[in-house]
Amino acid sequence: MNPPSVYNGYNPRWYRPRVSTYWWLWQWAYLKFILRELSSVFVAYFVVLTLLQLHALRQGPEAYAAFQEWLKTLWVLALNAVSLVFVLFHTITWFNLAPRAIVVRLRGKRMPDQWVSGSNYVAWLVVSVVAAWLVLRG
Amino acid sequence: MTDTITLEVMRYRPEQETEPTFQGYEVPVRQDWVVLDALNYIKDRLDGSLSYRWSCRMGVCGSCGMMVNGEPKLTCATFLSHYLPGPMRVEPLRYFPVVRDLVIDMTDFMGKLQRVKPWIVRKEEKPLSQGEYLQTPEELDIYKQFSMCINCMLCYAACPVYGLDPQFIGPAAIALAQRYNMDSRDQGTKQRLEILSQHEGIWGCTFIGECSKVCPKEVDPAGAIQQYKLTATKEWFKAFLLPWSVK
Repeated sequence: MNPPSVYNGYNPRWYRPRVSTYWWLWQWAYLKFILRELSSVFVAYFVVLTLLQLHALRQGPEAYAAFQEWLKTLWVLALNAVSLVFVLFHTITWFNLAPRAIVVRLRGKRMPDQWVSGSNYVAWLVVSVVAAWLVLRG
Repeated sequence: MTDTITLEVMRYRPEQETEPTFQGYEVPVRQDWVVLDALNYIKDRLDGSLSYRWSCRMGVCGSCGMMVNGEPKLTCATFLSHYLPGPMRVEPLRYFPVVRDLVIDMTDFMGKLQRVKPWIVRKEEKPLSQGEYLQTPEELDIYKQFSMCINCMLCYAACPVYGLDPQFIGPAAIALAQRYNMDSRDQGTKQRLEILSQHEGIWGCTFIGECSKVCPKEVDPAGAIQQYKLTATKEWFKAFLLPWSVK
């Protein structure tokens, strides 16, 4: 039997559903957002890895060779491959979102979104080419 | 022969039940019928007890927002034929308390809207004899997109941050605050920033971006919030580096 109702026009009884802990699972856009947030962990991991590499370099040739050997182990290779995918995902999704936050106006007209995201990609390419040249020039 | 489609409509009758249920209604599908037409058909022909909110039927008033198959939609602009063969599910807007059936309580939103002062604030009003505040088409263009908001609250129903933290001021209210901040006639930016720079203001937004995707007027509230964050950050740096410049 239903409990006696106290509902009336001055005493409404609202229905307030709880938000599920897994709200992000049932829609791709939300899942993509969570993955984008998660990708920050992998960005941080690459930063730490680079710092460790510099530390090994500072310790001398033997320490650096040992560090490079460690990098070649299977589980580190697998971790770095997964991290690379997440870092690329992080970069591309944020570059694509940049035009929403940065509005560029030229002679009163808003520049197309592609200009803002495109400039980010161009800067990425230039920095990558310079970094590759510095590392690979011998 | 006319096609028909089954609408599974959420019913919540607080005087009878503590949890909502779904009730199926079979309605005809005509080429030009939208979900709101189907609800009106149910109300007129099948079940007069169904409650829902609507007014203009032309995407202007923002009253008829509901969840259609789990997506926030203006029911006056959502065609039944897109959901054939059905069934389709109609529910009240997500994250709002449900008063009855498809009617949500919007008191929270109205309060938040008022808090961000969505009107032109002047430090000192000039006398009427000096005429109106003039604006160029370029100045209008800067905020026009954000002024198209019809307060339909679909963006709130798409925002899990609002669902998880009801204190969050939310997309539409922030977009409207930004609309007035960008208006060349307005001088209330600082007053609004005091409200919106709090945790439940712009910084509560995690940039999921769904609010902009569901907006029927292409207002882009997510963009407005991120631009606001940029402005707030610049203001903070200015105050930090040049404290004498802050009055």
